[in-house]
Amino acid sequence: MAKIFAVTIIVIAILSAIPIVRHTWWLPPDVSTHGQPIDEQMSETMAEAGLSFLAAQILLAIFIWKYSKPRPGEKIKNFPGGAMGLVIAAFLLVGTEVLALGAFGAKAWASIYLTPPSPDAMPIQVQAGQFAFYFRYPGPDGKFGPLHPDLISEANENFFGLDTTHDAASKDDIVTAEMAIPVNREIHLLMHSKDLGHSFYVPELRVHQDFVPGLDLSIHFTANKIGKYEIVCTQLCGLGHYNMKAYLEVMSQEDFDSWLKRQAALQ
Amino acid sequence: MNAHHPQKFAAAMLVAILICIGAVLVGPKVNAAADGTITGSVKLNGTAPHMKGIDMSKDPYCVKANANNAPKLENVVVGSGGGLENVVLYISEGLTSPTESTAVQVFNQKNCMYSPHVLAMDVGETFKVETSDNTAHNIHPNPNPMTGNIPWNQSQPPGAPPVEKSWKAPEFIEVKCNIHPWMHGWFAVVKGPYATTDADGNYTIKDVPAGNYTVTAWQEVYGKQTQKVTVAAGGSAKADFTFQAK
Repeated sequence: MAKIFAVTIIVIAILSAIPIVRHTWWLPPDVSTHGQPIDEQMSETMAEAGLSFLAAQILLAIFIWKYSKPRPGEKIKNFPGGAMGLVIAAFLLVGTEVLALGAFGAKAWASIYLTPPSPDAMPIQVQAGQFAFYFRYPGPDGKFGPLHPDLISEANENFFGLDTTHDAASKDDIVTAEMAIPVNREIHLLMHSKDLGHSFYVPELRVHQDFVPGLDLSIHFTANKIGKYEIVCTQLCGLGHYNMKAYLEVMSQEDFDSWLKRQAALQ
Repeated sequence: MNAHHPQKFAAAMLVAILICIGAVLVGPKVNAAADGTITGSVKLNGTAPHMKGIDMSKDPYCVKANANNAPKLENVVVGSGGGLENVVLYISEGLTSPTESTAVQVFNQKNCMYSPHVLAMDVGETFKVETSDNTAHNIHPNPNPMTGNIPWNQSQPPGAPPVEKSWKAPEFIEVKCNIHPWMHGWFAVVKGPYATTDADGNYTIKDVPAGNYTVTAWQEVYGKQTQKVTVAAGGSAKADFTFQAK
């Protein structure tokens, strides 16, 4: 019976490792210029965690196989140094592993999040609110007008609270429900939340950043593949969270210019 | 009380009860000699404000449903000859007896817009919220709780049964869908008979009893205007309104 159990453990461990090794449920193909270190880090984490998992399961199976039958007169040997030694050894082994992954991961993360965007990156503002994203392009003047939260009105489609009668910089701002960007152009995304915590996740773009109410956050990225991708909220934000999404369209520069013109006509 | 004739007493009580029930059933019919009308038209003077187009790209279903028309806001809808649509007309002063409405109106969600944009109704009148769309909506009217109306928020996925509701107090209540933030409409809850202007700005308030009244016209952007009218028994009074474009 114990031998069947030992074999079952090994079979389960190997079966669960197969989809990970084969990348069955892996992230969709990367369409960003910064995604490679993230994917490498992900693979490394999976490999190290996976190998440790397999090793532990095999060890467990061996012990069950070998020691399941009581052997009269034989005493169970202790780990050298007793329980304390075992704990210290495990702590050092796992600790080193976790710290190393953290250190290398932080390096990959910092190379994306802690570097400033290039000065000619295209600014786009995104506002998250229950349960939709809205985007704002600065228009021909390149300036975003100030926000007046008291003017926010869904009845007038003034989602950002712009005062287009008084603020010169707001007059040409373009507010959209879809985020279109030109391919191979760096985007500087300025993020704020209208109400509570949300997040901006585009798996293909390897971008995942929370909105924190009261904080103006920003991220920058360059998409290098034309296509339509989904932007989803990954912070449970209420009744309509499951429906909080928008689309990111990566277009050629010409398509983007005509898209922006069409959007300007809708304002 | 004559304790020797309990049958007589019971019979007398039964007759009294039947008379009471009869009075309750017949009562409203006696009051309902209300066949007068108030008619007229509502116009907008000046240039109608620009109505923003709606970007529905959040929901591909909505984009597809509106593929053949360019959806835009409906806060001010001006028809032929300057007629103003979706203006609610009701009697704000002069009604003495309560009215009874048996009609069950429908507030539909179609092509990710509200139809009608403004639904007028009597206090306590039952109305139905339906969906014709193949995408989920939530209906979220937000009345002022101080009026006695209670806010609610209900999801209605495709194919869901109609939601039946009514309001306790007169109030102009904004309705929205949190999934599709551009969806915006009104429940105009008034006391007594009401009417909403059609695409040409014309209206008829029916079932008005004879009397002197103040008629109020309410438009969501331009607010209220009032006029005094006199309705003869079975007669018709006229009240035209003109709102000034801002």
